[in-house]
Amino acid sequence: MNLDQALQTFLVEGRELLEDMESALLVVSAEADPSESVNAIFRAAHTIKGSAGLFGLDGVVAFTHVVESLLDQVRDGSVVLDDGLVSLLLACGDHIGCLIDAVDEDRRELAADEAATGATLLARLHAQLNRPAAQQPLVAQPVQEAGFERRAPASEGGEGADHWHISLRFGRDVLRNGMDPLSFLRYLATLGRIEHVVTLHDAVPPLEALDAESCWLGFEIAFKSDCDKATIEGAFEFVIDDCALRIVPPRSRVAEYIALIGNLPEEPSRLGDILVRCGSVTAHELDAALITQRQGEPSELLGCILAGQGTVAPQVVEAALAKQKQVKETQSKESQSVRVDADKLDRLINLVGELVIAAAGANLIARRARNVELQESNSTLAGLIEEVRDSALQLRMVKIGGTFNRFKRVVYDVARELGKDIELKVSGEDTELDKTVVEKIGDPLMHLVRNAIDHGIDSAELRAARGKPPQGTVALNAYHESGSIVIEVSDDGGGLNREKILAKAIDRGLVDAGKALSDSEIYGLIFEPGFSTAEQVTNLSGRGVGMDVVKRNITALRGSVGIDSTPGQGARVTVRLPLTLAIINGFQVGVGKSVFVVPLDMVDECIEFTAEPGHDYTDLRGQVLPFIRLRELFDIAGAPAARQNIVVVKHMGQKFGLVVDALMGEAQTVIKPLSKMFAQVQGISGSSILGSGDVALILDVPVLMHQATQVRQAAASHPVGASAAAA
Amino acid sequence: MSGTARTLALDGELTIYRAAEVCELLKTALAAPADLELSLAGVTEMDSAGVQLLMAAKKSAMASQRALRLIDHSPAVLEVFEMLDLAAHFGDPLLVPAAPH
Repeated sequence: MNLDQALQTFLVEGRELLEDMESALLVVSAEADPSESVNAIFRAAHTIKGSAGLFGLDGVVAFTHVVESLLDQVRDGSVVLDDGLVSLLLACGDHIGCLIDAVDEDRRELAADEAATGATLLARLHAQLNRPAAQQPLVAQPVQEAGFERRAPASEGGEGADHWHISLRFGRDVLRNGMDPLSFLRYLATLGRIEHVVTLHDAVPPLEALDAESCWLGFEIAFKSDCDKATIEGAFEFVIDDCALRIVPPRSRVAEYIALIGNLPEEPSRLGDILVRCGSVTAHELDAALITQRQGEPSELLGCILAGQGTVAPQVVEAALAKQKQVKETQSKESQSVRVDADKLDRLINLVGELVIAAAGANLIARRARNVELQESNSTLAGLIEEVRDSALQLRMVKIGGTFNRFKRVVYDVARELGKDIELKVSGEDTELDKTVVEKIGDPLMHLVRNAIDHGIDSAELRAARGKPPQGTVALNAYHESGSIVIEVSDDGGGLNREKILAKAIDRGLVDAGKALSDSEIYGLIFEPGFSTAEQVTNLSGRGVGMDVVKRNITALRGSVGIDSTPGQGARVTVRLPLTLAIINGFQVGVGKSVFVVPLDMVDECIEFTAEPGHDYTDLRGQVLPFIRLRELFDIAGAPAARQNIVVVKHMGQKFGLVVDALMGEAQTVIKPLSKMFAQVQGISGSSILGSGDVALILDVPVLMHQATQVRQAAASHPVGASAAAA
Repeated sequence: MSGTARTLALDGELTIYRAAEVCELLKTALAAPADLELSLAGVTEMDSAGVQLLMAAKKSAMASQRALRLIDHSPAVLEVFEMLDLAAHFGDPLLVPAAPH
């Protein structure tokens, strides 16, 4: 086995387990029956510790062990999982994450502050552990025994001690295979407490006959642990083929031990002594059982004892069932998903992109050659390529739920910090979007959520005065809408203060004092760069710090952001993002000799060019439709074509037109980013290569719309425009 | 009981890597007709193979009616003895360091 690979797997799994642990911690206090979640939390810590032990990551083991001990007490009910403890455990989860990161980065020592955090946490954990320590054994013990009282302690069926009895005989080759039996015992000690060990030296020959590199040792171990049998067996996984391992569960009938003795190579009487020394059975029980056995026919009676006891201890049955179920589940999971490197996926998407371009080229040639058969086969090919493209892109789609769930923790922490009672409602977590988008949207969303908590949710007194429930709500929602994904962050707080924002904006010179602005335009001002740089923003009822950064990040993803608010009732920030950053369905239009691409999802309709004389808007079925002449915008030479067209584009519920010379139809468009030199160019979001090899520019609709809106505003303030709109 | 005790000091690793070598060393030491004291003060590491060697040496010594005493257990040896509960088996007094770690 490649240890490096195994370590990588451990790191990945460790982080996943920590995520599970965190989400379980966040729901546990709200659950009526928390046992399931508590078990999940315990399992996570336990598994991390176990795997870390295998890799000799002592730091991780040492810390996690304390966490696990505390969780164990929570599990048996002797410690109550209250709010404080949840916070502590969340912090512990973070610290384990730190430790795992340190392993990943190959750092031997933690940074000073991390080490200090660890020490503080350990101290707090120990404080929690010690609190109930005095009464814990007294409470826990009787409860456990009560469950088994029904069994009459029959003479031959008396029960053994409440620890596991492990009988180990190592094979001759264990040492030669590079494994040291001692290290397994050390690992075992991390799973519980080794109460007693008897080292069997019977097989060890005298020095003269000794092959010093063979293993002759055996151990009888009394082991106290809450692990199941599979876990204990797991400790010996690496030598399982090379040793004889027998495990007798706690409180097994004495007959079990007798059977064990029968199966072991050593003298029964000696083994009996060993079991007594381990405290697994008492001498009296052993004698009684052995006498019973001797009275009858030995072979039959051993069987009788075994049959008579009917059941094995409940732990064994439970463990066996759980194991079976687990195996089944992992099998079905394995067959359902494959882990693939993101790099490989990116390469595939790139290739598909090239394929799309090549196919467009082939299609063009086929049309030019006027070969019907070729055209026909090309169209079949095009259909297939489209499907390949869609499924390739689908591979990169991930559910947004994972991102949303991260915010549960943010809400929990920030709300606590601010002393507000806030619930996070999540919906639409199954909505899928491109992995690269998901990765980049995390930070802006985080900002929005923090803002909603910090500035959005009003204080408890204010909420009471407004007749709202004391618990504030921040909601995250996601859904698909015409080729984009919409993510909403809403709160039921005080909403935005329209007047204050407007005053501030005028003060800062962002808008002219006399200008009439719609509500949404005013709210939109908070995303302006000049608006939110200073502290004044915070004393303005305001949302603010860094909203312009949020907008910039979202725009960089070819997305847009808007805000909508009802005073006193709350606010809702709407983020729209393209589903993918790689390939879109485009609508090609021509202006002069240039070709532009409009994302097809945004194209509403195409109409013949008309215009109100002298103005940049037209009458679309009684509505003012502002438009942009692309020829003028991009300064393209040549006279307009005889029959121009308007492409009506719709974005965020608003429409505007693009005046073009020719409509060239839809085509798949592979988006190639523009080089940095063109980063400042407004209105272009990328480029694409046409089948002919020419370059087409992809229009940035949101930016163009902004320009068109300004046109409309000019129109609205213009008397002639007003009459035209009424017409 | 024969003769005065000889002392053999084992040091370094008492592990599988040196098992064959130490085995020969012990055989030679036990060939002499005298009790043997094994000083373990210099043992830095001990594994199962080391434990076996000590057990085998003890068996050989007993078979030829001689005593094998282990003295000056190093911390590494003490740790293993404690884990495997071997003190009683060898029956030699263990000197527990004043401030065990």
